[in-house]
Amino acid sequence: MTETAEQVEETAVEEEIDLTAANKILDKYQDMHGALMPVLQAIQEEYGYIPEPTVFLVAERLNVYSSQIYGVLTFYAQFHLKPRGKYIIRVCMGTACHVKGAGRIGDTVKERLGIGHAETTEDLLFTAEYVACIGACGMAPVIMVNDATYGSITVQKTDEVIEKYKAIG
Amino acid sequence: MSRINSPAELESFRKEILSQRDPDKPCITLCSGSACLATGSGKVFAALEQEIEKQGITAEVSFRTTGCHGFCEQGPIVVIYPQGICYLKVQPEDIAEIISATIKEQKIVERLLYVDPNTGEKSSLEEDIPFYKHQQRLVLGANRKIDPKSLEDYLAVEGYQALAKTLFEMTPEQVVGEVKDAKLRGRGGAGFPSGVKWDFARNAPGDQKYVVVNCDEGDPGAYMDRSVMEGNPFAVLEGLMIGAYAIGANEGYVYVRQEYPLAVSNLAIAIEKAEKYGLLGKDILGSGFDFTVKVHRGAGAFICGEETSLLNSLEGKPGEPNARPPFPATKGLWGKPTNINNVETWANIPLVINKGADFFSAIGTENSKGTKIFSLVGKVNNTGLVEVPMGASLRDIIFKIGGGVPDGKQFKAVQTGGPSGGCLPENLLDTKVDFDELTKAGAMMGSGGMIVMDEDTCLVDIARYFLEFLSDESCGKCTPCREGIRQMLKILTNMTNGLGQEGDIELLQELAETTKGSSMCALGKTAPNPVLSTLKHFRHEYEAHINHQKCPALACKELIAFYIDPDKCKGCGACLRKCPADAITGEKKKIHVVDQGKCTRCKGCFEACPAAFDAVRILSGEPVPVAVPEEV
Ligand SMILES: Cc1cc2nc3c(=O)[nH]c(=O)nc-3n(C[C@H](O)[C@H](O)[C@H](O)COP(=O)(O)O)c2cc1C
Ligand code: FES
Repeated sequence: MTETAEQVEETAVEEEIDLTAANKILDKYQDMHGALMPVLQAIQEEYGYIPEPTVFLVAERLNVYSSQIYGVLTFYAQFHLKPRGKYIIRVCMGTACHVKGAGRIGDTVKERLGIGHAETTEDLLFTAEYVACIGACGMAPVIMVNDATYGSITVQKTDEVIEKYKAIG
Repeated sequence: MSRINSPAELESFRKEILSQRDPDKPCITLCSGSACLATGSGKVFAALEQEIEKQGITAEVSFRTTGCHGFCEQGPIVVIYPQGICYLKVQPEDIAEIISATIKEQKIVERLLYVDPNTGEKSSLEEDIPFYKHQQRLVLGANRKIDPKSLEDYLAVEGYQALAKTLFEMTPEQVVGEVKDAKLRGRGGAGFPSGVKWDFARNAPGDQKYVVVNCDEGDPGAYMDRSVMEGNPFAVLEGLMIGAYAIGANEGYVYVRQEYPLAVSNLAIAIEKAEKYGLLGKDILGSGFDFTVKVHRGAGAFICGEETSLLNSLEGKPGEPNARPPFPATKGLWGKPTNINNVETWANIPLVINKGADFFSAIGTENSKGTKIFSLVGKVNNTGLVEVPMGASLRDIIFKIGGGVPDGKQFKAVQTGGPSGGCLPENLLDTKVDFDELTKAGAMMGSGGMIVMDEDTCLVDIARYFLEFLSDESCGKCTPCREGIRQMLKILTNMTNGLGQEGDIELLQELAETTKGSSMCALGKTAPNPVLSTLKHFRHEYEAHINHQKCPALACKELIAFYIDPDKCKGCGACLRKCPADAITGEKKKIHVVDQGKCTRCKGCFEACPAAFDAVRILSGEPVPVAVPEEV
């Protein structure tokens, strides 16, 4: 469930990014064996996604090809090459949730927000992710909004949750 | 207390901790695993702290947050010791009453007790709840006794005793021998004998060796490793150190799934505390043995649970698998001999060393020893984590512990082994939990996912579901896996859309055999299992989809229609108001009609129709009768 080539290309527009934080992260990890993933994870935590200029910075400072970095970035579902919404709605599509009707919950989110997997609403408020198991299977079906988990969710409760976050804005 | 420098100091520190703890003093424990936090355990925590102070009993009770108790659907869970009184779904409003009634007056708060959905009986003690009563919690049991952030708590339950024994009383060969004699098999899926694997790494030439904990837990529907890691990280670390000593490694890695932030933070705290006490680092317990451990977070790729992919990922590369041999035991992380085990496997090690191989191998069946934790979920009354001795039957787990299928529905199948596993029908429910028996029956032990399905679950759709998952997660490196899964998925998707054709089943079987026989890693080799097992046990469902465009479970959206029975409709308008697609027409007291062209099959009308009327029917594989909107 990684981003497609087009999505990657779209981000290739010039970005104005302050690299101070990225440099600090690199200072911390530079000498570590296998630093690439922890560095990218830290950059994403800092910026919310992986801005293109940071890729070139990491390439230079860790002495790896940027193509290798893109290899890593596009392999793992966790990395994002575009800015994402303020609220990440993750709809669990794992087996327990699937059996308990996650399909309808997913449809509801799609309908209400008009976005599919890994897509973001235009106002940058919501990003939807349809994921396989968030490890709360005892409470299936489950959705998460950022760090908050909502278990035993129904279509109606999904609506309420979305409305709640829309209201906060 | 500062650094612990010898086994004697460890024991005296343990004595000191125990002497400060009065076993008869009331102790309130609150589950703070991820699931309970999601249901509001954080607020309950604040309320408890406040209320204990307000009612002035700070000195008379102790209070502890613990890891996951397993009964997650019923959380937040509060247990009061020494009696073991168990309150479920506790909310902040309940706290004042719990303190004034139960702590001060020894009275039970009835409304917070477990009620058996089948008999209506209440249980006040944790151990009397059927969900817990039939379990044997050798690994998970400590979760409810300890605060995962407290090394002292872990020491109070015999923590690090096994490590001290290992470092001072056993040679590395003896440790490996003990694990071999215990017949412990890996809990990560394949069930490989752990002692034998340790021996490979031990005997592999090289000075630098590594040990790794696999906490990638990618199986959808499973969360055992999460709860062990969150609830008892010290046990995993202790197991890992014992393994490191046996193998001759001084460095370890824990690879944790990105989705498990609490596991990462509890583990980090555990590492920090263990370092402070000298239970990690240089010259551990004065034995001369050095060991350090690093935590690595995954980045969301199922394949990284596979050991060679995991090691590539640890090195900072894309997590693609390598062909084996060479096995990690000879050429693993950075090309050095590496031993990798699952979280639950490592967590079993202190038990094996403490109690001995004889104790451990007395539990279970001929070839599967000890206990196994399952994530019992899906269409079952009591969902959660259950730990049972090997040899327990699926029927006992689902019906005795799980309390059977809810809402009076019929059991249809149980799925074990995750995407590599299979679905077993009713007539195989007496199959025992045992690596070999489950494989023989057409499923797999796997890492512990156990998903119960009822009559409303379509098994063709389940096979499609797993292949969709696997097609997303296949790394694409080898062709049979990448293309084979994709083609099987296409056929199954067609079937669930009513486009199945004669010959599809045979083609599926052929693709399955090829994918199984020629994929590089176990992802592809086992990917056809969900198809093969459902074909074996539920072939009639496939045939109904292909030959009659019928979904017997009434689940496949493209194959069903909603129809309002004119004889039953009272014209109340409940369904009409609910329909989001404006597909229902009708006036008060007139029979309502569904416009099939507009209907999105959301099931809203079916649920809205009052049970007393029961007028909405789901049809499949038959024409929808034409209804006239006449007076009722
Ligand atoms: C596709 C795939 C995914 C796997 N996922 C996991 C996993 O999430 N956790 C795990 O412990 N083992 C997983 N394994 C098994 C590991 O490759 C390895 O056998 C295991 O970690 C060894 O530990 P054990 O001997 O203690 O079971 C997976 C294997 C495959 C082929
Ligand atoms: S299957 Fe949804 S949380 Fe595990």
